[in-house]
Amino acid sequence: MESVLGRYRNLTILVGVLFLQVLGLAVQVKRSADAQNTRLIRIWAVGAITPFERGLVWAQNGTSNLLHSYLFLRGVRAENRQLKEQIEKLRLDQVRLSEDAEQAHRLQSLLGFKEQIIGKPLPAQVIGSSGSDLSQSIYIDKGSNDGVAPDMAVITAGGIVGKVLRVYPSTSLVLMINDQSSGVGALLEKTRLQGVLRGTPTGELMLERVMSDETVAPGDTVLSSGGDQIFPKGLPVGTVSKVSPGKEMFLSIKVKPAADLSRLEEVLVVTQKQEREPPVTQSGERVRAADILAQRLPSVPDKPATVGGATPAASGGVKLPPNGAGKPVTGAGTKLAPGALPAAGGNAASRGVAQPAPGEVLKNVVQKTAPGDAATNDAGSAAGSPAVLSDTSNATPNATPSNSANSPAKPATASPKPSQSNPPAASDDNPH
Amino acid sequence: MPITYTSGEQIEVYRFSIPVTVGVPLLALFLQAFLPRRFPFFSIFDLPLLVTIFFAMARRNPISGLFTGAAIGLTQDMLGAYPIGINGIAMTVVGYLASSLGAKLDVENAGARFLVTLGFYLVHAAVYFGVARYMVSLTLNWSWGRGILAGLANALLGVALYFVLDKFKQRT
Repeated sequence: MESVLGRYRNLTILVGVLFLQVLGLAVQVKRSADAQNTRLIRIWAVGAITPFERGLVWAQNGTSNLLHSYLFLRGVRAENRQLKEQIEKLRLDQVRLSEDAEQAHRLQSLLGFKEQIIGKPLPAQVIGSSGSDLSQSIYIDKGSNDGVAPDMAVITAGGIVGKVLRVYPSTSLVLMINDQSSGVGALLEKTRLQGVLRGTPTGELMLERVMSDETVAPGDTVLSSGGDQIFPKGLPVGTVSKVSPGKEMFLSIKVKPAADLSRLEEVLVVTQKQEREPPVTQSGERVRAADILAQRLPSVPDKPATVGGATPAASGGVKLPPNGAGKPVTGAGTKLAPGALPAAGGNAASRGVAQPAPGEVLKNVVQKTAPGDAATNDAGSAAGSPAVLSDTSNATPNATPSNSANSPAKPATASPKPSQSNPPAASDDNPH
Repeated sequence: MPITYTSGEQIEVYRFSIPVTVGVPLLALFLQAFLPRRFPFFSIFDLPLLVTIFFAMARRNPISGLFTGAAIGLTQDMLGAYPIGINGIAMTVVGYLASSLGAKLDVENAGARFLVTLGFYLVHAAVYFGVARYMVSLTLNWSWGRGILAGLANALLGVALYFVLDKFKQRT
């Protein structure tokens, strides 16, 4: 036995060393809390290397600052730096706000939905990389002493960079989004298609899990979807640079990162994320589709009635939305024709059959109609939304109510008492 | 026979001073971590691997070579994002094979060094990806185009680097 080991001594030692390393790997994989059980030796290695990197970066920046700040443009340089920082913050706000505006339309009805916004970004400087071409990661000069914790998002004003993987007292290791083991929830801005962003061996970005029957075009903007619970939703990720058929039934989508991942110098660590609910309109009343249709269908005109000597127009001449929620802003005076759009009715009223006498005022209630969304408009009017216009024109005081009642196509008749509002009359016009 | 960073064999064997033995690998690790941030194209090079190959071939001792590879590889792993040992295993194998090859062949001329470095780069990549995929279950993919290009680039840099490091050789 001894002679065998002696003959194959080199090979035996090789196998022994490899076995020990495999054993160490197995322990790390089994416990899966790799950052914990190897933390000490990583701290030693990082502690040995990063001070030199930090020193070099400091010297480089110091030299640069000396040349630029003191010899050339001292005041301008400092001011420029401040303005750039301000611009970065404003750009972040802008991105968030524009995304919020789009979200508002889609999420108004989703009560309880919470979105995450960037609460507190911490500026950090990139001081080095992992030292291997096979792993896309960087070291930053902020660590646990500065409030950095694992799984925090790292971004720039341009776009997302990666997430904090390991934290040391004064430095942190950031796994970039173009690493092969990285995965980021992403969506396409226009089509809202969701996918998973992964790195390639060459350090490029690919958007995976998008079905091949979907339409994706080069130039489409890719945003973070927030599904990974690391990056807040709506941050810029990049733009689609190439689309081709991929494996199985998925597309192969190459993405150009918004942030220049190969030339990072300063980054922002999102140390605090805030959750908030999107603003919901005060009146969350639902409008039935039947009510909306009812306004557009022809109905039997009201009979003119005389109550207590008042003219019919004064008592029931105002036609309101059938749900009765919207109060006429301008009072009585205009009767919208059944089957006609409110706006059309308003215009017709101003061109009323009865000629108004000079000096009399006829107020028409016109509902502002946003294109292509009748339901929203009706809901808006029912909720007393500001999309209500008042049209003013002259009207005759002696117009007969029968004119309006018998001619539905001629919507408007004048009311002798235009300022008199009579909301209950709305129920009279309910076509049901 | 004690394990040292020198060895006496039949063919010409070199040794290195302790500062060079410790300092050059550390410098390589430092530059590998620092330079790609300033010069992105530098990420294609693998200085620690080149240093491992150089020391292993110069000493011509498999045991010394595998320990040099293991030490450099494990240190590189400690700085990286993946579990410690992936690079260590790959570098151990490369160190062992390079020193074994150095003990049998003359790898002093530029052509031989170019081919040997290219070959060991691919061996290193094969072991690395094998361990990463089948032992650690990392979702890493191999790109032949990138791999060959990086191998050629490293071989070219290796030839130049070896001539510089030859200055530190000491005859036994």
